[in-house]
Amino acid sequence: MKLMLSARQWWWLALAAFCWPLLILGVDIANANLGPDPVKAVHIRLGDWSLRLLCLTLTVTPLQTLTQWRGMADFRQLFGLLTWFYASLHVWVYLGVDQGWQWPLIAADMAESRYIWFGLLSYLILLLLALTSSVFAMRLLGRNWKRLHRYIYLAAPVAVLHYIWQLKGNLAVPAVYGLIVGGLLLFRVASWLQGRPKLGQFWPRWAGGRLIQPAKPR
Amino acid sequence: MRTSIPKIPAAEITDEAVFAARRAFLQGAAATAALNVMPIAAAAAALNLVPGAAAAAGGKTIGGELTPTPLRVVENYTNYYEFTFNKEDATRLAQRMVIEPWTVTIGGEAEKTGVFDLADILKNYPGQERIYRFRCVEGWAMVVPWLGFPLADLLKAVRPLSSAKYVRFVTASQPDVMPKLAENKMLHWPYEEGLRMDEAMHPLTILAYGMYGKSLPKQNGAPLRLIVPWKYGFKSIKAIVKIELTREQPETAWNRFAPHEYGFYANVNPNVPHPRWSQSSERVLSGGFFSPRRPTELFNGYAEQVASLYGSMNLRVNF
Repeated sequence: MKLMLSARQWWWLALAAFCWPLLILGVDIANANLGPDPVKAVHIRLGDWSLRLLCLTLTVTPLQTLTQWRGMADFRQLFGLLTWFYASLHVWVYLGVDQGWQWPLIAADMAESRYIWFGLLSYLILLLLALTSSVFAMRLLGRNWKRLHRYIYLAAPVAVLHYIWQLKGNLAVPAVYGLIVGGLLLFRVASWLQGRPKLGQFWPRWAGGRLIQPAKPR
Repeated sequence: MRTSIPKIPAAEITDEAVFAARRAFLQGAAATAALNVMPIAAAAAALNLVPGAAAAAGGKTIGGELTPTPLRVVENYTNYYEFTFNKEDATRLAQRMVIEPWTVTIGGEAEKTGVFDLADILKNYPGQERIYRFRCVEGWAMVVPWLGFPLADLLKAVRPLSSAKYVRFVTASQPDVMPKLAENKMLHWPYEEGLRMDEAMHPLTILAYGMYGKSLPKQNGAPLRLIVPWKYGFKSIKAIVKIELTREQPETAWNRFAPHEYGFYANVNPNVPHPRWSQSSERVLSGGFFSPRRPTELFNGYAEQVASLYGSMNLRVNF
């Protein structure tokens, strides 16, 4: 039995796997299986998947750094686009199903709901990154591409805030996302600190520290 | 000030079966149906239920123009933080509550204070059906046909002293079956709420012991709960064991937890947002998927009846 799949096969497998939750959601909607407040259930389901995929997207670079396996940029792009896709559905359900495209109600709700501001900011960043995710856009933007795509570091914690900010007080679930996003961002800070000449080896060897090349002192 | 009678969109219309069942109950089957359910309220309901509360409301049920939310929605979506922070889990967890026997302690600034058997209280007050809008501070809403009697009737009977300015309510504390209360999670337990005396005496304010023509399910606040239809749902305290007339404004559970977010008054008001979310619209739970929000009304649509309680009070400050 051949267990090793090619990178391309893995890519398709990942795509299929992350479309699965959408299929399940469709089945649950069709069967009225979402409880007394189905719209809220859909908001949570789509928002959750978007956040999970966002965390996964942020995991790719640390994984590359630690394993020195360089074939993962395609996956980062895939996970990023899936994040945006689920976030788009989340926004669309809010506008079209929850609010029923009643623009005066939407305007009032958005103006006064701070948790929506966080959600909107996070979504606009994801939209911008999705639009510039192609190799073509990458070439076009040159050095600015990396600068632009670093805004994912803002989109992630802001999305978690969007979650926290709408709850009455029970923060157990968003706290888990907060810890994961916090950890992934800390990795960036640690890598950056390690890259600075005077601090030397910040990252322990067992955590792959030796794999990171310290910047050469000038 | 808006005073028109609320219009109900098609999405809010009840399952026909629920509606028919309720009508059937009210049309004469009251006594037999009630005897099959929880004894305390059943006995009282059988004795006292006036079909449609016609007598009290001059021939019409208060709220008769509203179409109730399907029962399966109302009895499976309750905030009961003593048990769980998840509205859909309360149904199962609350069944462990012990509600018999049940006494209500009425104390404080009144002449006839004491400990009363719930059965005795219910015997004395004719049940009425009141179909009220129910608006949660979280932004969802329902329409519920309650069975109950005006709180004012009970308060008058205990003869409040002139020093009684507020009414304080306390929920039962049953740590053996209430996990969040036992673990001292989130709120200061037991749950407590309060009303100003004039709010408590208002004819719309009721003590409910049933809904949909039957005894109150445990998760919905059995055996006795408060219903104040123009205020956010958290004011309508469940499973009341104590009613106290006080001189000072009492502490209330959510206000104590986050004073800048949940005020003492907690009147439904689309113009005063919660610090983190708008209160301008509400998702009316219909049991279906496509039931878009509707604009929230000042005092939840009861402005005509209750606005005078607040006169020139600044509702933004006294939220």
